Amino acid sequence: MNEYRPDPDSLLAAVQKDAARQQRGKLKIFFGMAAGVGKTYAMLETARERQAEGVDVVVGYIETHGREETEGLLAGLEVIPRQTLSYRGTQLEEMDLDAVLARHPELVLVDELAHTNAPGVRHAKRFQDIIELLEADIDVWTTVNVQHFESRADAVRQITGITVHERVPDSILDLADEIELIDLSPEDLRKRLAEGKVYTPERVEVAANNFFRTGNLTALREMALRLTAEHVDHKLQDYMQLKHIAGPWKSRERLMVAVGPSPFSEQLIRWTRRMAYNLEAPWIGVYVETQQVLTPAARERLAHNLDLVRSLGGEIVTAAGENIVDSLLHAAKQRNVTQIVIGKPRQNSLQRFFPGSSMVDRLIRTSGDIDIYVVTGDKPESEQSPDRMLTSAERHSTWPQYAMALLIVGIVTGLDLLAGTIWPWVGYQAVGLTELLAVLLIAVYLGRGPALLAAAASAISWNFLFIEPRLTFEVSQVQDTIVLILYFAIALFTGNLTARIRRQERQARAHAERTMALYTLAHDTASAVTMEDVLQTTVTQIGRIFDAQVTVILTDGLELARQSHRCSTLQIDEKDYAVALWTYHNRKSAGLFTDTLPLASAQYFPLLTPDRTVGVIGIRTRDKTRLTFEQEVLLQTFISQVALVIEREMLDEAAAQSAMLHESERLYTTLLNSISHELRTPIAAITGAASSLLDSRTITNEISRHELVEDIQAAAGRLNRLVENLLDMSRLESGRLELKRDWCDAGDIIGVAVQRMWKCFEERPLHIHVPSDLPLIRADFVLIEQVIVNLLDNACNYTAPGTEVIVEAFMAKDSLHIVISDTGPGIPPDDLERIFNKFYRVPGTATGGTGLGLSICRGLVEAHGGKLTAQNIPEGGLRFVVQLPLDAPPPPVQEAHL
Amino acid sequence: MSDGAVILIVDDEIQIRRILQITLEANGYRVYATETGDAALTKAAQLRPDLIILDMGLPDMDGLTVLQHLREWTKTPVIILSVRETDQDKVSALDAGADDYLTKPFSVDELLARIRVAQRHALPEGNENEIFTTGPLTVDLTRRIVTVHGEPVKLSPTEYALLRLMIQHAGKVLTHHQILREVWGPEYVKETHYLRVYFAQLRQKIEDNPSLPKILITEAGVGYRLAI
Repeated sequence: MNEYRPDPDSLLAAVQKDAARQQRGKLKIFFGMAAGVGKTYAMLETARERQAEGVDVVVGYIETHGREETEGLLAGLEVIPRQTLSYRGTQLEEMDLDAVLARHPELVLVDELAHTNAPGVRHAKRFQDIIELLEADIDVWTTVNVQHFESRADAVRQITGITVHERVPDSILDLADEIELIDLSPEDLRKRLAEGKVYTPERVEVAANNFFRTGNLTALREMALRLTAEHVDHKLQDYMQLKHIAGPWKSRERLMVAVGPSPFSEQLIRWTRRMAYNLEAPWIGVYVETQQVLTPAARERLAHNLDLVRSLGGEIVTAAGENIVDSLLHAAKQRNVTQIVIGKPRQNSLQRFFPGSSMVDRLIRTSGDIDIYVVTGDKPESEQSPDRMLTSAERHSTWPQYAMALLIVGIVTGLDLLAGTIWPWVGYQAVGLTELLAVLLIAVYLGRGPALLAAAASAISWNFLFIEPRLTFEVSQVQDTIVLILYFAIALFTGNLTARIRRQERQARAHAERTMALYTLAHDTASAVTMEDVLQTTVTQIGRIFDAQVTVILTDGLELARQSHRCSTLQIDEKDYAVALWTYHNRKSAGLFTDTLPLASAQYFPLLTPDRTVGVIGIRTRDKTRLTFEQEVLLQTFISQVALVIEREMLDEAAAQSAMLHESERLYTTLLNSISHELRTPIAAITGAASSLLDSRTITNEISRHELVEDIQAAAGRLNRLVENLLDMSRLESGRLELKRDWCDAGDIIGVAVQRMWKCFEERPLHIHVPSDLPLIRADFVLIEQVIVNLLDNACNYTAPGTEVIVEAFMAKDSLHIVISDTGPGIPPDDLERIFNKFYRVPGTATGGTGLGLSICRGLVEAHGGKLTAQNIPEGGLRFVVQLPLDAPPPPVQEAHL
Repeated sequence: MSDGAVILIVDDEIQIRRILQITLEANGYRVYATETGDAALTKAAQLRPDLIILDMGLPDMDGLTVLQHLREWTKTPVIILSVRETDQDKVSALDAGADDYLTKPFSVDELLARIRVAQRHALPEGNENEIFTTGPLTVDLTRRIVTVHGEPVKLSPTEYALLRLMIQHAGKVLTHHQILREVWGPEYVKETHYLRVYFAQLRQKIEDNPSLPKILITEAGVGYRLAI
């Protein structure tokens, strides 16, 4: 029973595929073995049927190749005009992807899936256009021939001798919901060709003799049939898994292919992909990073090979280690790989003498229960052999080092000659050993090349100057010959050893640097407090490590921001912004060095977190060079880490915002509670008094009528004060309060304020002490007046009639003091500061206030750069002190010219 | 006092129009009311009112615009009655030729007083030779003699010029701008501290209690008014 249980992983994968398909448009591929089988014709014919059924069909791009019957079918179908691009003086026509997206039909016909777009079009390949159309929920029908599939490219070349350059990844077949094979027998096709239905007459001859040979066509036909059958098989399996139909469940195979910089690697990758596809198995491309330093060309090819793995749907793993076999096996075991694919190496002569010493042999010996496939490849077209790896020692030995080597040998020889004259008992063998020492040292410090030169120089000088007979090159004793050979052996051996150690050292350093960089980034971003800090750190770190300019564009939650973040060191134009936007929406890297919009000035990466895209990061290295594979891996690690940190910051910001919202909601509630009481009381008084006035019985009494009217007036006054307070408060809070500073006379302000409060002072004795020589202050007259009015109002509201109120103004140090004191009861010491809080009212005080007045006063005074405090007067009473800073005195006053 | 003068009310609030209409008619004025700026301009041309009470926020255009259009052809006194209470609103209305500015909510008594002041200003000039008296202050404008409680007071030429200007526009608010331009000249309109200094000096000389002036009233943030 157990073996018929569906594997949960594959079940999940099948469901996901299904879910993804439901949101996506459907892809149908008209598939053929070669040009001329009638794919386009079949597609158009079917499309016309659909149109007749009422489906909204448009033609995105159709190539009729001048075939009349095909052109006839186009009539009556809506054709989206092609876009014209000018490239190096030629006008090229391409499908207008944006026009199709904007038209958004139900179904679009796009011929020639494998087409390569002209430079300047968004995507490098047409299949990418098609994927974008599918993702926009538009159904797509397209055509393709078997020779264009990546995994068949080798086979096609072997059969036909023609290298197909326009290739599409096999994974596009997985996207297809339907594949229609347009089959035609090779004879019929050749007949069509002869009738001129495929190519124009002049090209027929060439084609018939090359590609369209019967043998070729038969092989291609078989290939096409087989690919279709395989795909149908996969569909069946997907379906069976989805519907829980027990089927012939295969054991979980896992393939791994060793990827290197060799051009042969490409064939291996395709082979593995084909095999994995047939086995329904996942596959991995592994690159073992050794101490070998790759030439730029080799690096380029390695990147290309790894890209191929990615585009064929494989996973990429890098392993590091000097021993390739061990590293391969380690990686394989870690990932439960069951089969390893490696290339059959060309054996060198040494290995031919010692069978079993090659890498393959060792791998087979140590692989245990992992199957090893050794795949032969034929010679790649242009490359004869992979580039020779250069060692760092060779690369770094420069002519001064060679000169230095010669100099050292010269000095040692000189010293030996000198020693020989002073102490005749120093024999030539001792001399030989000193020179050997010199060669050894040179090998260690200067590298292999200089050591070999030194070995040669030493051999010559030793032989010529010290070995008897001197001043000849004769060697009489065999042991001397051995020493001479030893010179070279030691030079070579030590030189290589040194070079290797250096390489290891450099690699260790590079690793350490990488780790350090990651650590620094992690540390700096973790300790960053604001988004600004995070981005600043990111831009600086990436800029430093990759020697690049960096731009960061964040999302505002819905859409990519219109502007790069101000921390960015790279400014981008409209065109590049479009690339960034594409990256953001498609969650894929784009721009320079990619297949999508490669004409952009920088490479763009999405900042992906498991849940969303938080933005886009764009990178342009200083000399616009492509990042190496290792650098790109490091960069990807960087970016995913940064994305997480940015998301964290965004969440923090959102949390802070909601906390703020919460706080303002709390205040809002307090405000509502407070003012609803304050509003209702006077409104109740007004409506009550008004309705009494309307009542004819009340009106008869003149005195009560007057009282009622007075009530209305008082209540309205109270309402008005409340509204004014609220307006002042909101002006203060919103930060929109603008001080209109002008020269003011404090005495004048006090006078105006007191006059506004005259009613209050009809029942309270008021004393004003303002010296006439007070300096003018620069303040907002109205606002300071408002402060004084509020303070006076306070004194009136909370003291009994008859209480003395004193207003004074005087200079103290560099500020002007306005002091308002009363001789009332004062307030509890604890409340002296609290009374300035919003809505705070001293418990047990009379009703009528809003709890806002003093808070407004303090806000206004502080806006002037001053201070407002309250003090209890020891003899009884409360005192408010307004301190306003003094500016430089105003310019002198002139008499008018009358 | 009212002798059937015609007042045009321009306000889009029905309650305000009604209160004004009732109050003013009870005080012997003939009252017309409109809601929009456009209608106001037409009515003003047809009726030739003796005074206009204008709201700043009208449905079709800004009160200030109405005022500017009016001032192109008539000197009819205009009193602004508005909820806009910032100094800037007041100053721009007064500078644009409004005779007075009252903020809502307003007291009816205050409005009637302002109407009377504005009407008096509308009378043809010619009381130049008269002797002006308010409270303890008497100014003989022909002989340039100022007395307080009958005691002569000595004013500097600038102080006298200021006082004379305020008397010419007694009861009306003059903005800082207007006073500085009239007395010192157009290039001094920014020097408000001149006014602070001179008004303080003047008050020392003519007010009974300079701390609580009764004659030269400060209109906070706007200007000064001579109370009558």
